[in-house]
Amino acid sequence: MSEAEPLREPRKEFRNINAFTDLTTYRLPPAGWVSILHRISGALMFVLLPFIIWMFDKSLSSEFSYAKFTAMFKAGMWGLPAWMWKLVALALIWAFLHHFISGVRHLIMDGWHKVDKEFGNSSALVTLICGTLLTAAVGAKLFGLY
Amino acid sequence: MSVNFGSKRIVVGAGYGFKDWLSQRATAVLMALFTVLVLIRFLMIKGSVSYESWAGIFSPQWMKVITFSVIIALCWHVWVGVRDIYMDYIKPVSIRLSLQVATIVYLVGCAGWMLQVLSRI
Repeated sequence: MSEAEPLREPRKEFRNINAFTDLTTYRLPPAGWVSILHRISGALMFVLLPFIIWMFDKSLSSEFSYAKFTAMFKAGMWGLPAWMWKLVALALIWAFLHHFISGVRHLIMDGWHKVDKEFGNSSALVTLICGTLLTAAVGAKLFGLY
Repeated sequence: MSVNFGSKRIVVGAGYGFKDWLSQRATAVLMALFTVLVLIRFLMIKGSVSYESWAGIFSPQWMKVITFSVIIALCWHVWVGVRDIYMDYIKPVSIRLSLQVATIVYLVGCAGWMLQVLSRI
């Protein structure tokens, strides 16, 4: 260390990030979106776990409870219309598929040391596209489109 | 380095993390394989899906054994992931520790419910 070393301008510090005014101005690369959506989808499934188990319970316990389960998507339940339950189911299907695909992406990155920028970007795009397309396919099946 | 013993001892956190990292991956692989298995059995259903064919996916004894392991793996995986979220966003020790305890109670309860369902099939 010599005294002649030029003084660097101190890095700008970002503190107290406002979720509404600051976060919305961030432009994330595809890998960033996959990352945060992996967390959001995981948290969503964690919070809705009792509802998921409730569906697991109703759909498997008996013929009678199975009918009650399917009626949820036909006639609605607990005062909420059927389309709303389909939307909840669709959100959970997306959460599972996205979490699943980006989880496999994690395993590939860990297992084969695939940590370069190109793979990060292309695999993130594949994850986002496949997650959306598969959700659309399963959703269309759920809504009885095919 | 800051003081982390006595009354300042860190009582929550990831420790060194490798064990958690590895168990998160191992449980993920098991669940991924299970997903593929259930999906194949689901797609092999002939005709429209009924209670019989749906419950039939889980009814063989070998399938129940696998499902049992997957339920345990699921809860373990969720524990690691949710604790990561707490460690990132919840800084006060009292709140973080309370949430962690509540999460364990929640997950053990959920596991019990899933196993109950499994025994009914």
